[in-house]
Order: sequence, then structure tokens, then C-alpha cells
Amino acid sequence: MDILVCVKRVPMVGGRVVVTADGQDVDTRMSGFTVSPHEECAVEEAVRITERLGGTVTALTLGPAAAADQLRDMLALGAGHGVLLETDGREWGPIATAAAIADAVRRRAAGPAGGYDLLLFGNEAADTGDYQVPVRVAHALGLPCVTGIKNLEITGPGDGAGAASRARASREYLGGEEVFELTLPAVISVREGINLPRYPSLPGRLRAKRAVIERFEPEYHAEGLRKELLRVPAGQTKRAEILGTGADAVPALVRLLEELGVLS
Amino acid sequence: MTVLCLVELDAGGAVADASLRALTFSRELAASAAPEAPGTRPMSHRAALNPSDVTSDGLVAAAVFAPEAEVPAAALAAYGVTDAYAVESDQMSGYVPLAWARALAGLITVSSATAVVAAATDHGNEVIAHLAAILGASMAANCASAARAADGTYRLVRHRWAGSLLEDAVLDASPPGSPTSPARPGSPALPASPASPASPESPASPGLPALLTVAVDAVAATPAAEAAAIAVDDFRPELADEDLAVRATESAERAGGMSLATARVVVGGGRGVGGPEGFGALEELAGLLGGALGVSRVVTSQGWRPHKQQVGQTGTRISPELYLACGISGAIQHMAGCLSAKHIVAVNTDPDAPIIAHADYAVIGDLNQVIPALLTALRARSGLS
Repeated sequence: MDILVCVKRVPMVGGRVVVTADGQDVDTRMSGFTVSPHEECAVEEAVRITERLGGTVTALTLGPAAAADQLRDMLALGAGHGVLLETDGREWGPIATAAAIADAVRRRAAGPAGGYDLLLFGNEAADTGDYQVPVRVAHALGLPCVTGIKNLEITGPGDGAGAASRARASREYLGGEEVFELTLPAVISVREGINLPRYPSLPGRLRAKRAVIERFEPEYHAEGLRKELLRVPAGQTKRAEILGTGADAVPALVRLLEELGVLS
Repeated sequence: MTVLCLVELDAGGAVADASLRALTFSRELAASAAPEAPGTRPMSHRAALNPSDVTSDGLVAAAVFAPEAEVPAAALAAYGVTDAYAVESDQMSGYVPLAWARALAGLITVSSATAVVAAATDHGNEVIAHLAAILGASMAANCASAARAADGTYRLVRHRWAGSLLEDAVLDASPPGSPTSPARPGSPALPASPASPASPESPASPGLPALLTVAVDAVAATPAAEAAAIAVDDFRPELADEDLAVRATESAERAGGMSLATARVVVGGGRGVGGPEGFGALEELAGLLGGALGVSRVVTSQGWRPHKQQVGQTGTRISPELYLACGISGAIQHMAGCLSAKHIVAVNTDPDAPIIAHADYAVIGDLNQVIPALLTALRARSGLS
């Protein structure tokens, strides 16, 4: 079972998000970078599947040279290979991103390593939230696809499930549960909560540091959706009325709960 | 212009709340492109009065994946829908994402739609993404507002970081030379040619529709000033086997107990709770207030509580009357999950914590002292009443 997991380098934002003076980016001078939470879970899921069924996990990202840091983080979590689709730091749209990922998958399929059995993504990137790269990759490669998955069971040919490997993927929707059956190879995007990712081990970190990351430089394409300006929504910040300090504030808190009508 | 809106039905067969918001958004988008004239009546009403006036201006069409008899026509008309399409197929029952997208692709032609809109739900985002890939068109997810400009482009505001950041954007639905995804899923595409300039399934530009999903928190569901005269038609899409390969079967299992997403009161616990054993008091408080327990991401990533209790960008969106956030610092990813809370009360040791800037009221103090004292007071109160 050879699995590709696509991740995205995003700013590590905490209590507030600050936009650069030109309104084009999130100001990251005071913050580090990470990958979207859904994607960390996708890597963990891939590692668990290959621990059970054997195979390889490749982490891929499209981003600036510094995004190699995020690939190394994923290698420390258990991915075996890293692929960087290196950009000049511009923000790529979902159409061009999906096309570059699909090209990378085809390139590998044409080589001695062969194609991937499973392509995992996070449901949406934490920053841009475009919700479409996995689906576009699936269409470009002619693969079945499902998104937003919270439970995933992979049955390999060795599990007595017949010749083809299969995925049973489910998610919650409107208070119920939807179950999908897919024949691999397939594209599946997952959500945080599908598992609890492990902490990177020390040997994992050392291995990640030494690992060779494969680099490609895909060609940028402009697309129909163009960012003009980023801004923090107005009126989101206010100053709370302080009811008091410690347990002394409890009478005021009870009065407030009465006023809000939440006490029976 | 005509806007085609994907309408989802809830378990009771009514229009889902998220889709009512998408219909409101669709109506405003359609009106934004209507010819401006002083005293112009609502387009739907004018259309009703004078059928010859039914042009492609300012109309909302709805796609409902249900038999004709189950289309909630009155509710759709109240939101200004003039044409509803009951999408049916013998091959398709329930949710089949790619088949739904194929059907919308067919309906774009039938309804002469220049934009397709859906709520940014799991189904909405997934179906519109399939449609975008089929057509080789751009898609803008999580839009808060959209208007069509005189030059045929769309001016959008969309959510980034789940609404903690807004993006002003321009969508040019048919830009020259845009890359497309030409393959039809199911066809052997390994290896295939790189992206070609035009998809065989999509007409040459102009002609690609704007594809938008609606940030549900950003738009209130508002009926039209006057109900539209609505026509309901049956639509049978042409589907290939590969369109039906991935389909949802709904398990009988339904989430039990109080739903976090719809709870009237949510008691939240964060890092300040200190460990898995500290949540008993918060659960008791949630019980006394008839509410649900919610937690921050750090709590679930530490394994203190299950992920289904997480409030935030990668967890559950809540919209209670009261969110009592205890020991939660207020990272933007958490606040994105409670933007719709009517009142936020924070209990935090740090008066400079970000949550204080999002809360209406705050108690400065250790939740492990405040909450037990509050429980004592509430127990005494209920004992007296």
C-alpha cells in the first residue's frame, strides 16, 4: 500500500491574525509555520495503514523552499519520503495546485516505483479554505473521491477482500452518518478527529533531518479567482465587562445567567 | 441573470437551514445583476405578473434531489425561487456526489444559469468542487457576499481561516487560457496528458458559470419581500456508471444525546482545566444549564476529551444563547467555531487573554475555584425554587 499525503504550509496563528501592510498576506514575522490540522491527521492515518498493511508513505507539499520544514515535520511523524513542489512564494490557486499535484502523481506512476494506491488530503486548508484541491486531483487522474472523512478502513488484497483494495469511509452529516465504499486507487480527504496524531519520536526527528527531499518546480498559472485584499473583520473585538474576580464573582455571574434566561 | 441554487432537504423533508441561507444569497446575487431602474419591483413579482417579462434577469432556480412530489415548493417560492427542478434518476438514490454534479451541469443549460450556488456544507462544497472539475471552472468557497459587476466579473467577499479573516476577491468565471481538468472520472487517466486549454465537456468562453459556496454563518435566512410564482419541473440527468461509483449509504446510527451544534448553552473547557479529571465539574454545570460540554483543540489533541466535543475551525460550529468559556485562551481557530454565539462569558486567570477581547462578560480567576462555587450557588438556588 503506497500512500501519498498532501499537506500545506500555513502560518501558526494564535490569538489574532495580523495582515501585512499591503493586505496581501498574513503577517508571519512573529509566528512560525505548521500544516493544517486535518493534514497532520491524514499523515497519521497513512502511517497507521502502512503499519498494518505494509507499504510506503510519501508526504508532498506545494510551496516555497521553506516548506521543506513542514515535510520534515511529516517525516518525523512517520512518512518515509518527501516531495516538494517548489514555488517562488506566490500564493497558488486551487486549479494550478491540483494540476501540479496530478502531474507529480503521473510522473511517479510512469517510473519504477509505480502509482500510489491511496491519495490522502486534509478536508480543507486552514488558511484559504478552498475545499476543492482533492476533488480536482481526483478528476485529473480519473480516480474516485470522497471528502470530509472521519472514519477510514482500508482492506488490502491480503485481507481476503478480493483482488482490489477497498476503502470504507464515513463521516457525520446532519446528525447521521454517511458511509462510502471506494475501490482503490482513490482520493480521500479527512478531518481532524479521524485519529489522535502521535508525537514525533526522537529517532523520527533524526531520520527526518537527514532525509533527502525530492524537488520539482511546477509552472505557475493564474486563475479566475483573484485575491484583492485580506482584512480582519470589523467589530470582532470588544472589551468584556468584568463581573469580578475569583469565586467572589459568582453572585454577579448567577444574576447574569438569570438575565440571559438560561436558568430554569 | 439566473442563479441556480443547490437546495438540500433536512431529515424531515424541509429545506435545510443552510440552504435557506444559500437561497437568500442567490437571490441577492441575482438581483445585483438586474437592470437598475428606480421603483423596480422585485423581479420575481414582475415575472409573476407578466410572464412575457421572464427574461434571464434576476431569477433564482433551485435544484432539489427529490421526487417532484417531495419538492417543498411553497418554501422555495417564499425565498423567491421561480423554477424548481426535481432531480430524479432510477440509478440514483440518496447522496451521490459526482452524479449530483453531473445533474447540476445539465441544469446549467436547462435553466440558462450564469452562476451556481450551494451552502458551504459537506455536500455543497463537495458537489460544487466536482462541478468545477467537470467544467474546468473556478470555484469560490465560503463566500459571505457576491455581486455581479458590469464587466461580467463577480466581486466577492469570502472567508479565510473559517471567517477569522476576510478576502475581497474578483471571480472571472471565464478567464482566457485558464487551465482545466479535462479528464472524466473513471476514465483511465494514468498516465494522461497535462492540462489542456479547453475541456471537451465545457464550451469555449464565454459560458463558464460562476461557482460559489456560501459561508453559512455569514448570511441570515431571509424570505423574499413577496413570494414568487414557482414552476416545478422534473429533471432526469444523463448519468454514466462511473458517476455512480461513490455513493452514500446512511447508517441507521444517529448521534444520541445533546447536540453540541444546536445546544442552547455550551460550557467550554480549555487548557486551564488542567487535565482529563477536571471536566466533571464542567459537565455537571452543563447539565444544570441544560447544555452541552465543548472543549478547545488543545484538550482533544492532549486526548483529555473526544474530538466530537471540540469547538472550532476543525471541530464543531456552535450557535448557543450562552457560551461559558472556561480556561480557554481564545485562539482564532477556536473563536471561529463560536462566532454565532449570542453571548460569550469567559472565565480566565489572564485578563489579557485573547478571549477577553471576544467575550461580552468575564470573570478573572481560576476556573477550578469559580466553577465549584458557581455549582454550589446553582444547587442552592434550585433547592430553594
